[in-house]
Amino acid sequence: MNMIVTSATRATLNGTTSMPNGTTRPQVRIVIVGHVDHGKSTLVGRLLHETGSLPEGKLEMLKAVSARRGMPFEWSFLLDALQTERDQGITIDTTQIRFRTNSRDIVLIDAPGHAEFLRNMITGASQADGAVLIIDALEGVRDQTRRHGYLLHLLGVKQVAIVVNKMDRVDFSADRFKEISDEISAHLKSLGVTPTAVIPISARDGDGVAERTDRIGWYKGPTVVEALDRLEPARPLEALALRLPVQAIYKFDDRRIVAGRIESGSLKAGEEIVIMPAGKIAKIKTVESWPVTPVASRQGAGRSVGITLDRELFVERGDIIAHAGTAPRETRRLRARIFWLHDKPLAKGDQLLVRCGPKESRATVVAIEKAVDPGELESSENKAIGRNHVGEIDVSLSNPIATDPYTENPRTGRLVIEISGRIAGGGLVLSVDAGQRAVPVDIVPVESALRPDERSARYQHNGAVVWLTGLPASGKSTLAKALERRLFTIGGSPILLDGDTLRAGLNSDLGFSAADRSENIRRLAEVATHLARNGHIAIVAAVSPAREDRATARRIADTTFREIYVATPAEVCESRDPKGHYAKARSGALQSFTGIGNDYQPPQGAELTIDTSTRSVADATDAIEQMLKASGVLFDEAVDLAANI
Amino acid sequence: MDHLDQLEAQSIYIFREAFARLKKIALLWSLGKDSNVMIWLARKAFFGRMPFPALHVDTGKKFPEMYRFRDHYGKEWELDLRVEPCPPIDAVDPTLPPAARSAARKTEGLKMALAKFGFDGLIAGIRRDEEATRAKERVFSPRGLEGNWDVRDQPPEFWDHFNASPPQGAHLRIHPILHWTEADIWAYTKRENIPIIPLYLSQNGKRYRSLGDQDITNPVNSTASTIDEILIELERTKVPERAGRALDHETEDAFERLRVAGYL
Repeated sequence: MNMIVTSATRATLNGTTSMPNGTTRPQVRIVIVGHVDHGKSTLVGRLLHETGSLPEGKLEMLKAVSARRGMPFEWSFLLDALQTERDQGITIDTTQIRFRTNSRDIVLIDAPGHAEFLRNMITGASQADGAVLIIDALEGVRDQTRRHGYLLHLLGVKQVAIVVNKMDRVDFSADRFKEISDEISAHLKSLGVTPTAVIPISARDGDGVAERTDRIGWYKGPTVVEALDRLEPARPLEALALRLPVQAIYKFDDRRIVAGRIESGSLKAGEEIVIMPAGKIAKIKTVESWPVTPVASRQGAGRSVGITLDRELFVERGDIIAHAGTAPRETRRLRARIFWLHDKPLAKGDQLLVRCGPKESRATVVAIEKAVDPGELESSENKAIGRNHVGEIDVSLSNPIATDPYTENPRTGRLVIEISGRIAGGGLVLSVDAGQRAVPVDIVPVESALRPDERSARYQHNGAVVWLTGLPASGKSTLAKALERRLFTIGGSPILLDGDTLRAGLNSDLGFSAADRSENIRRLAEVATHLARNGHIAIVAAVSPAREDRATARRIADTTFREIYVATPAEVCESRDPKGHYAKARSGALQSFTGIGNDYQPPQGAELTIDTSTRSVADATDAIEQMLKASGVLFDEAVDLAANI
Repeated sequence: MDHLDQLEAQSIYIFREAFARLKKIALLWSLGKDSNVMIWLARKAFFGRMPFPALHVDTGKKFPEMYRFRDHYGKEWELDLRVEPCPPIDAVDPTLPPAARSAARKTEGLKMALAKFGFDGLIAGIRRDEEATRAKERVFSPRGLEGNWDVRDQPPEFWDHFNASPPQGAHLRIHPILHWTEADIWAYTKRENIPIIPLYLSQNGKRYRSLGDQDITNPVNSTASTIDEILIELERTKVPERAGRALDHETEDAFERLRVAGYL
């Protein structure tokens, strides 16, 4: 016996035919959801029958299958194709089926209602433009009904038609219908979803599906078919800002093609773009295609494209290409509203993999803000999000991710969570700047095997952070290197941490916004302090213009911190200009450069101040050495020891 | 973007995900209309070349026209073509009904090819509208170590995020045209001018809607001798696409059993 569902796209109800495969008609994808046994599969079977979409012999086959099982005729056997499903009378997995109304091609996604198979319901519903939520008139609104309502809201399905089924079992009571209608409408409205219709039906007998029968004569609204006919296809995404997440870079010939799907907005050869999160700028040289290339026309959302750039830049999978000025924000912190499908509850401190389009990043759950069973809608303890529950979480990412809040871009503002290589949950990005809370993982710092005095005995100094601050070209790096050489010569263990050097690696994800500059200083201070605690002298050379940031560094390094203000006058610094930064800044080519503006805040309580325009390098280094001795970093014996060798 | 543009863009996206996220993939080329469209889409996705092999698991019982087509276009499209034989019928589960048993040779041949080359992903041209168990498929569908499909434990798949980490030794089936219909395939074949095997066109009042092995595939009654006529015929017919495939109809669950065991 053959269980084929229709492959025949057929004439519409009123007999008119349109183009093959409906290319001229809008296509709408709808999902049917509801509590188990509330009649989803029956409604689907009835819809196919009433719209003339059943293949030849199907009805007879269903009758035979029902008869063989000694059951009355069962529509649901149409979709419950799997033997297990027919035997147990439940739909296990989502399926898709096509039919037509007067004005629409409908792709109908049948989703299982059983709590066990919620992941399949989400798999189905995530692809839908609209939904039909089915409720048994006798049983009324159940936990699973509310759960489905909540998930539709969470998945961003805005058009929801409510169908109150099995009206025959409540004698087509208008009062019972109103009761259920009021309850579910109130529930959905509390979630911000307005039902497009609430329809009383009997799917088994056909009342209210394609026709309004006498038995529901009191009902004046649309039938199910009419309600489906009014659903709108998905909102066009071309009007939003350009987002082209990079899937891959291909170099099959002399072209270096950046390939991906335009999630929103549009692009065209010749346009300037920015590659996030690195923030690199380039122009689109060509839009490549096959068999004809290049393509001159503008390419919009939904297209899978390939572009070449006018310069060789490092681009990788997961980067997002946007137009400058409307680029997505990059972040290492997200707040997201998620649904959880994994057996093990999601808890604070859990390590995950977050995928945002093709970009993936390791992540840690910093906080569970909310954990709710959408069936009961009671906020449970904020400790963990159980299977099939929803919640709001803060996550900290190990790689910066460029993304948008879902309210600004529904395509890029969503993520999935993977555990052990399998999708375990998903959700919407609520905001990209979750609070700067410490990651509360159970961190147990590992102590060094060596005691501080063991190291001091060898190096003849204590660990320290020597922080050189001052305008660009004031002479910080020169002094730092001279000091490094001096300390090494006397048997010490100096380590140079130059701001620019660290920006090339450890801090390459940071830009020059105030927040990024603070983070840059914080990391420098953390690394330097770690070295100091292990007995080394960390010499930091960094402009570090903000007094507040240097105060943070001092807090981190605590008693090991020694600040040196390299107070060379600004005009001397500008006349030196070894890196050409001042000239560039004067011409306007270098934005946010400290030195031309007056955003440098000189230290007030530095341990030492040096003006390199009036002192030689050797003289200045002597002064630093003296200061380090005087403040207990260098031991006098060390010098003697060196002198004796 | 029209309907065909949307289908094409989505398939290209899937191809690129498969190529980016799996180590060693191959495209299963059955020589039929669907897998020909797939090869075309792959060449679109990768700008003219298909950067992985085309695998023909050969039962040795295809129509001569199909072998001619394979040999000709395998060269013209510059495919890295691997032809792998299937084991004899005696090696296949004897409890299956005859046509299904014959088809199951292909499942066994597939397993042998997987073991031989160590593919972690196989791109297959199944469509949801072909058959009801296929309608329940994922785009990236994990297979067990025996090539089996666990329909009760399919991973969640949403928003075009696919599970692409097969367990050690197992593989994934990737379905880039799962969302296409039979009519879409023909409309696209016509638009892109993709070559077809003439058996799909009517001769003496009959044509093949679906091509399989000679001994278990039958033609349907049809006067459609051009793609345009096929599209009109599909618009009107209520005969299912696989009506001519004997193996689907032997028992209620014959096809489901085959698929669970690893059949396409």
